[in-house]
Amino acid sequence: MSLLEIKNLHAQVEEQEILKGVDLAVNQGEIHAIMGPNGSGKSTLAQVLAGKEEYEVTEGEILYKGQDLLEMAPEERAREGIFMAFQYPVEIPGVSNVYFLKAALNAIRTHRGLEEMDAMDFLVYVREKMKVVKMDEALLNRPVNEGFSGGEKKRNEIFHMSVLDPVLAVLDETDSGLDIDALKIVADGVNSLRSEERAFLVITHYQRLLNYIVPDVVHVLIDGRIVRTGGKDLALELEDKGYAWLEEPLGAAETVST
Amino acid sequence: MAPSDTELLEQHVDQKYEAGFITDVEAETFAPGLDEDVVRRISTLKGEPGWMLEWRLKAFRHWQTLEEPTWANIKYEPVDYQAISYYSAPKSKKDGPKSLDEVDPEILRTYEKLGIPLQEQQILAGIAVDAVFDSVSVATTFRDKLAEAGVIFCPISEAIREHPELVKKYLGTVVPYSDNFFAALNSAVFSDGSFVYVPKGVRCPMELSTYFRINAQNTGQFERTLIIAEEGSYVSYLEGCTAPMRDENQLHAAVVELHADAEAQIKYSTVQNWYPGDPETGVGGIFNFVTKRGLAAGRRSKISWTQVETGSSITWKYPSCILKGDESVGEFYSVALSKGRQQADTGTKMIHVGKNTTSTIVSKGISAGHGQNTYRGAVKILSGAENARNFSQCDSMLIGDQCGAHTFPYIDVQSPSAQMEHEASTSKIGEDQVFYCNQRGIETEDAVSMIVNGFCKEVFNELPMEFAVEARKLLEISLEGSVG
Repeated sequence: MSLLEIKNLHAQVEEQEILKGVDLAVNQGEIHAIMGPNGSGKSTLAQVLAGKEEYEVTEGEILYKGQDLLEMAPEERAREGIFMAFQYPVEIPGVSNVYFLKAALNAIRTHRGLEEMDAMDFLVYVREKMKVVKMDEALLNRPVNEGFSGGEKKRNEIFHMSVLDPVLAVLDETDSGLDIDALKIVADGVNSLRSEERAFLVITHYQRLLNYIVPDVVHVLIDGRIVRTGGKDLALELEDKGYAWLEEPLGAAETVST
Repeated sequence: MAPSDTELLEQHVDQKYEAGFITDVEAETFAPGLDEDVVRRISTLKGEPGWMLEWRLKAFRHWQTLEEPTWANIKYEPVDYQAISYYSAPKSKKDGPKSLDEVDPEILRTYEKLGIPLQEQQILAGIAVDAVFDSVSVATTFRDKLAEAGVIFCPISEAIREHPELVKKYLGTVVPYSDNFFAALNSAVFSDGSFVYVPKGVRCPMELSTYFRINAQNTGQFERTLIIAEEGSYVSYLEGCTAPMRDENQLHAAVVELHADAEAQIKYSTVQNWYPGDPETGVGGIFNFVTKRGLAAGRRSKISWTQVETGSSITWKYPSCILKGDESVGEFYSVALSKGRQQADTGTKMIHVGKNTTSTIVSKGISAGHGQNTYRGAVKILSGAENARNFSQCDSMLIGDQCGAHTFPYIDVQSPSAQMEHEASTSKIGEDQVFYCNQRGIETEDAVSMIVNGFCKEVFNELPMEFAVEARKLLEISLEGSVG
C-alpha cells in the first residue's frame, strides 16, 4: 500500500474546475516532484492535500495511510504527519515563532499519545533543528514570519518541517523567490530530512531546485492532469524543451505517457 | 459539509460566563430609590464626619441638575435611577470583619471560585488584596506589612474616618463631583472603594490588588478609589472585576482618582470581566460607567493605565491623564473585547499641560459576534506644553462579519512644537492565519486565541506578570466555545 494514493481527483475553486482527474501514488521514502506551467493546478493539489476549505473536491479520492484523507480536518491531517510548506507563509503578529512551534508540536505529540514537551526540552530540541536550516536564533523569538524576508520565510517553513517531523511533506513552490544561496540552504534542509520513513512531494515550476533535491519520480501536471511521469531526467528534458511540447491535444499526450 | 471558518470563528465566541454564580449571604440592602435621605443614611452607616456628608449632598444636588450623557456610541434602555438600591452589605458583626476568620465562608468561596488568592499563600505571590464585596470591603490583607513601609492601603470608608486630612486634601481634586453625570452620582452615593497612600520616597513593597464583585440583585456598585503617590514614590495597583449572572442590568458607576507628585509613578491595571449579558438577546449584564483620571502633578511624574476589558454589557470608560508636571508621562494600554451583544465605548484622554510631556496610547479593540467596539480618544496639547509628544496606536480586529469597530480620535494641538503620531489599523482575523495554524496541527479554537493574544501582546506586556497570565486566560475563556 502506498503512503499516499490519489485517484481520479477532481477539484474546483469558485466553481472553476482546476484538477481534472489526477492519479498519483507516493510510497514512503520517495521524493516526487510535480512540475508544470503556471495555472496547471500544482498549488491546488497542495491545498487539497492540506485541506484548505475553498478547494472543493468534486470527484475521486485520496487515501493517506489507507484512510480517507478528505474526511479529515486540516489539523487532523497535520497531526497524522502531513506537512505543507506554504508558498506564501502567513504572518502572525505578536506570536513568537518558538511559542507557535511548541504549541504545534505538542498538539501533534498529544495526538500521537506522546507526552507534551516542556519549555526547556523544547528549546534544546529546537536549537538542534535550527542548525539544519542555518536559522538565525533571533528568528525564534520574532513573531511568526512577521518582517521576515522572502528567503527567511521559506527557510522558516523548512525549519517548521524539521521540528514537526512529518511523514509526508508537501513543498509548494518553496523555491520561488529564492536566490541560489537560500535555495541551497532549503535543499540541504530537505535532504537532511530524507529518510526511509518520510516522503516528499516537491512542487516546483523550475527544474533548478531539482538539481539540489534529486527526485525519485517526476510528474508533469498540465491543465489539471498528470500528462507525463518519469525519472529525474524528465526534469532535465523539461529544462531544455519547456512545457510546450507536452501541451498537445490530450490524446497525443496520453499516448506518449504510456 | 463542514461549517465555514467564519461560522467556526463565531462559535468560538459563544461561551458561557464562568463567573456567573450567585453567593447566598445574608445582606443588608436599602430599598430602591435615591433621595437626600439615602445619601444621609449611607453616610451615617459609614460613620462619616459632617464634611463628608456635606460633600455628598453637594454632589447629589448637582447630580439632580444633570442629564445623562448621550454622546457615546452605545445604545441601551434608559436607566431608572429610582429603581436601583444604593446600598447593599453582607450582614456581619458590627464594623465588618477584623480578620479572614470573620469573613462569611460563602464569600470566601466566591473569591476562591474566581481564583482570587486571599489566604496565606498570597505572601508568596506578594499580593495584598482589598476585596470589595458589593458595597463594603470585607477583607484587607497585608496591611501590617504595608504599614511598616508607611503605605496606607485600606477601604476608603475607613480612610475617611482614620485619615480625614488626606482624604479631605485629595478627594475630588482630580475628578470633581461636578465632572460628569456618573461622577456626580458616585460622589453622592459611593459606599466603598480603596484608598492608597504611598509616602515620599517609598516604593510600595508589593502589588496592591482589589477585586470588586457585584452580588446582590438590583444594586448599583459605586466604588471610589483614591491613590496618592508622594514625591519619588512608586505603586502598582490592580483591580479585577467580576459579577454574577442576573437578568436585570446592574449599574456600576465608579470613580478612580490618582495623584502623583514629582518623580512619583502610579501604575494602575484593570482586568474587567463583569457579566456581559445574554449573548443572544443582550438581556442583563453590567452597565459600566466609570470615570478614571490621573493627575501627573509633579515634575517627571508618571501615570500608567493598563486595562483588559472583556466583560460588561456596556462599557463607558476613558482612563485619562492630566500631564501637569514638566516632563511628566502618561500611558494608556487597552484591550477591549466586545462579543455577543456587548458594546464598548472606551479610550483615553491625554491632556498635556506641562513642558516636555509625553503620552503613549496603545488601544486594541476586538469585536466578535454582534459586539460593537469603539475607541474614543482625545489628545490635547495646551499652549504652554512646549515640546509635548504623543504617540497613538489604535488597532481593531474583527472576528466574523456581524460585529463592528469604530475609532474616534480627537486631537487638539495648541502648541506649535508638539509632535503627534497616530497609527490605526483594522484587520479581520484571517482565515489564512487560522488555516496556517491548522496545517501545523493547531485546532481552530487554539489558533484564534493564539492570534488574538498575539494581537494584544503589547498591552499584556504592560501588565504585572501574574496578571498578564490571568488576562491571557481570561481572553482565552472569553473566546472559547464549541467547535463543531
